[in-house]
Amino acid sequence: MGKIFAVVLVIIALASAYPIISNKYAMPEDISTHGHLIDEQLHETMWEAGLSFLGAQLVLAYFVWVFTNRKAGSPLKTFPGGAKVMVIAAILFVGTEILALGVMGQKAWGSVYFTAPKPDALQVQAQAGQFAYYFRYPGADGKFGAIHPDKIDEGNQNYFGLDPANEVEARDDVVSGELVVPANREVQLLMHAKDVGHSFYVRELRIQQDFVPGLDLAIHFTATKVGKYEIICTQLCGLGHYNMKAYLNVMSPEDYDKWMKTQEAAQ
Amino acid sequence: MQETSVPQAHVHAPPEGFIRKHVFSLDHKVIGKQYYGLALVAVFLGMALSWLMRLHLVWPNAKVPGLELLSKVGAPGGVMTPEYYLSLLTMHGTLMVFFVLTNAPFAAFGNYFLPIQIGAEDMAFPRFNMMSFWVTFTAFLVLITAFIIPDGPPIAGWTSYAPLSAVGKDAGPGMQFGESLWGLSIALFCIGSLLGALNFIATTLDLRAKGMTLMRMPISTWAWFITSCIALLAFAVLLPACILLVLDRHAGTSFFIPAGLVVSDRLQPHSGGSPLLWQHLFWFFGHPEVYIAILPSMGIVSHILINSMRKPLLSAKVVIYSMMSIGFLSYMVWGHHMFVSGMNPMSSLAFSFPTLTITIPATVMTLIWLGSLYGADIQINSASLFALGFISMFVSGGVSGFFLAQPSIDIYLHGTYFVVGHFHLVMGVASLFGVFAGTYFWFPKMSGRMMNDNLGKLHFLITFIGAYCIFMPFHYLGLVGNVRRYSSFVDDFMGPDLMSLHKFITISALITGAAQFIFLFNLIYSRFKGAPASDNPWNATTLEWSIPSPPPWNNFGDKHPIVYHDPYQYGVRGNKGDFVMQDSPEQSIVSGD
Amino acid sequence: MSSASTVNSHAVALPAASAPAASGVIAETSADRASRSGIWLGLFTITMSFAAFTSALFVREGTSDWGHIVLPSILYFNTFLLLCSSATIEISRRCLSGGRLIDAQKSRKGIVWLLFTLLLGIAFCVGQFMAWQQLRAEGLYLATNPNSSFFYVLTCMHVLHLVAGIAVLTYLTGRILATHRTLRRSLFDNVAIYWHFLGILWVYLFGLCLMKL
Repeated sequence: MGKIFAVVLVIIALASAYPIISNKYAMPEDISTHGHLIDEQLHETMWEAGLSFLGAQLVLAYFVWVFTNRKAGSPLKTFPGGAKVMVIAAILFVGTEILALGVMGQKAWGSVYFTAPKPDALQVQAQAGQFAYYFRYPGADGKFGAIHPDKIDEGNQNYFGLDPANEVEARDDVVSGELVVPANREVQLLMHAKDVGHSFYVRELRIQQDFVPGLDLAIHFTATKVGKYEIICTQLCGLGHYNMKAYLNVMSPEDYDKWMKTQEAAQ
Repeated sequence: MQETSVPQAHVHAPPEGFIRKHVFSLDHKVIGKQYYGLALVAVFLGMALSWLMRLHLVWPNAKVPGLELLSKVGAPGGVMTPEYYLSLLTMHGTLMVFFVLTNAPFAAFGNYFLPIQIGAEDMAFPRFNMMSFWVTFTAFLVLITAFIIPDGPPIAGWTSYAPLSAVGKDAGPGMQFGESLWGLSIALFCIGSLLGALNFIATTLDLRAKGMTLMRMPISTWAWFITSCIALLAFAVLLPACILLVLDRHAGTSFFIPAGLVVSDRLQPHSGGSPLLWQHLFWFFGHPEVYIAILPSMGIVSHILINSMRKPLLSAKVVIYSMMSIGFLSYMVWGHHMFVSGMNPMSSLAFSFPTLTITIPATVMTLIWLGSLYGADIQINSASLFALGFISMFVSGGVSGFFLAQPSIDIYLHGTYFVVGHFHLVMGVASLFGVFAGTYFWFPKMSGRMMNDNLGKLHFLITFIGAYCIFMPFHYLGLVGNVRRYSSFVDDFMGPDLMSLHKFITISALITGAAQFIFLFNLIYSRFKGAPASDNPWNATTLEWSIPSPPPWNNFGDKHPIVYHDPYQYGVRGNKGDFVMQDSPEQSIVSGD
Repeated sequence: MSSASTVNSHAVALPAASAPAASGVIAETSADRASRSGIWLGLFTITMSFAAFTSALFVREGTSDWGHIVLPSILYFNTFLLLCSSATIEISRRCLSGGRLIDAQKSRKGIVWLLFTLLLGIAFCVGQFMAWQQLRAEGLYLATNPNSSFFYVLTCMHVLHLVAGIAVLTYLTGRILATHRTLRRSLFDNVAIYWHFLGILWVYLFGLCLMKL
């Protein structure tokens, strides 16, 4: 049975590694300016994790194969170096990886969170609520109208609870069910939660950030490729969580300007 | 006759009558078995829930016969609604993490074997011990009640994030009373666990037999001891969190609910609370909790491995110190569950370093297990197979953790099936393998009969292969961006390729789950018809094997044991074979090698 | 509190050395040491729970709707009562005579001080209740503002622990008074430690409330 275990383990280890090595389940293409840092980090980690995984499983299988059902009278042996070698190996190997990945990781993380948005970044506000996203643009005056939760009226499409009758800034706000952005221009996304926790996740953009009720969060990104990409919710928000999504619609700058003019005219 | 240096009063009188012997028993062995029984019920219930979930994911419109009996509202005509999927998900997680993984390796085996392994007659506080089980049992009943109330169980997940969990019925089905039952159940569970942990620590510190120094305690005892220390602090923080949550739900306070929330078209009458506060409190408990789930299994597996290798580990001391470091570090890493939660991004970096550092003691332990196998004389039986399988599963689960420990990678992988694969491999499989190993190993001692080894090996083979078939693919799904806690997959990229993978997982889950009935059958059948077991069927060295199978009510009879050796005198020339028992005065002679 | 000495006379098998001897030597049994460990572990746990409440308070205090409340002055008097009860239980503890087991016949004075402790403890609870009444009269309820929420939560949690202590102390008083029973001195000492702890905890909580609320 020990030998069977060893063989089964080898098969499992190789079968598990195969889809990774063959890149069968690949991440979608990266359309952001910062994403390559994350991808590089993930690939580096995958190498190291993959080698550790295969190494450990194959060694385990080998030792079980060799050291079960031994001939009677075979002497017991001790691994040369004993525990000390293991401790040193663990500290050196893992320690080096931690340092390398920690340094790499700081750059990747910092590119998302420690850089300030450019002063001319496009301002868009996202509101997440059970179970839809709405986006709004400040319009020609460049200012957002205030949000009044008590004025929210979905039936009349006042998703944000704006008060255009009494507030000038609110009159020209453009509200959209899609996040439309121009390619290659930095976008600053202001995030507002209407009811419970949600999250903003676009795989291709390598961005994920929770919406926290009561907290005004903001993230910024630059999309580099035209196309439509799904925005999906990753923070359990209720029964419609699985169906809560919107689209990030990256347009060429010209198409974006045309779209924005149409929207502003409709206000 | 042995003598003791410290006078010992009998901790309690011998039990008389059925109720005292089997129901409200002060005997740690009975209490251990009660915990085990509770965990057994919880694990099969949790597993059934997971089957329902997996079936729904790949065949969402299938009619499950009988499901409408469980909930008319949740599964009309036997077809599961999205909200009921979330209810089952919440109950699955809660049952498994609390009532299985905290109860079985820790409360069940710890209660049964810690006193015996240190040479004590019982736990330090038998009455508290009995109380701790019955409080835990009550917590279980309170939780299960959520299934039978009309509104159903809560849908906020076992993590119960605010404000979803705090605003009350506006949040959705099951969130009016179901969530409150959850809060009450977990609060009771905290109290039961705290009483238990307190007992374990006091017993380990003060009731050791003569000659049983701390460093002579078996690794399993050390694991239970360290786990108790972690548990004492962790549950002490979860209890206040649950109290504050229940107050927000029913007393109108605003600990976790900010102003201006419009839920189900209703403006919520709260203000100023912080959802992140709940996350911090919960995960300050939650992360140590997962080490509470794995450490006892590490101890049990080490203990069994040594016996089946017929030689000690390269260094038991290093393994013990590694477990201590893991316990210590476990309190510094909770923020890694919150990297993208909206907390200060500097904190995320700060939390990632101790998280990565925990890899070091975990790697040390793995290398010592592997290195000890070199040159061993491994005896293969059901228990040792699960112990070896544990090493494989722990490596697999641990390695995926290395990805998630880095905040920048977590940006992509958070909330995906990658995370679900990671924690299922370490908790749902590795930790459970420790429980299986412990069961096959200690069943003879607990019942006086052997379990059927052939059935055990079959159980192992199917479970080992099956668990990998279920959980390894989760990582691939995560890499593609498949989000978790979804009751259906309606995203554009979830094409037929990925759905076939999901089908493969579901079928593997059903087969692997079915194999667990082999284990259950073996357990019950052997209890009554198994081959009689001797006192020491595994030729083992620690104190539990020096007493009859099953042990008398006071463990050691009137003889208090005296300990002469460290617990792992294997590979030596002893009177009884290649081992010397801990309480044997004979000097051990190292076999020539 | 812990596993008290067994009732059945035949089950207690203490070697002679630990019987109350003329020399007054009290041999510490492993059960005594375990129950002492137990009480310290219990106090550690309670401390950690209140630390969790404290950190929740600090987080919440940072928000704009914190509000300021004036604490009822009866709280100062209650504090005085509780600290007095610590003194009386300590005197009682020293007056209870006997060796390892308390001798009720010789401990009349100790029992009187014990009754004073109980009285003071109950008076504290009544005083806390009156403080809550005063707050309600000012319109400050549990959910009025986060400030009042924390005040009620912290004081209520403390009182619950004190009520448990009073219940145990009442039970122990009964045990001492029933002369055919014997009570381990170490058990009483543990309850006294718990009682002192609740006094210290109250001083901390009161100080926290004064500073923050």
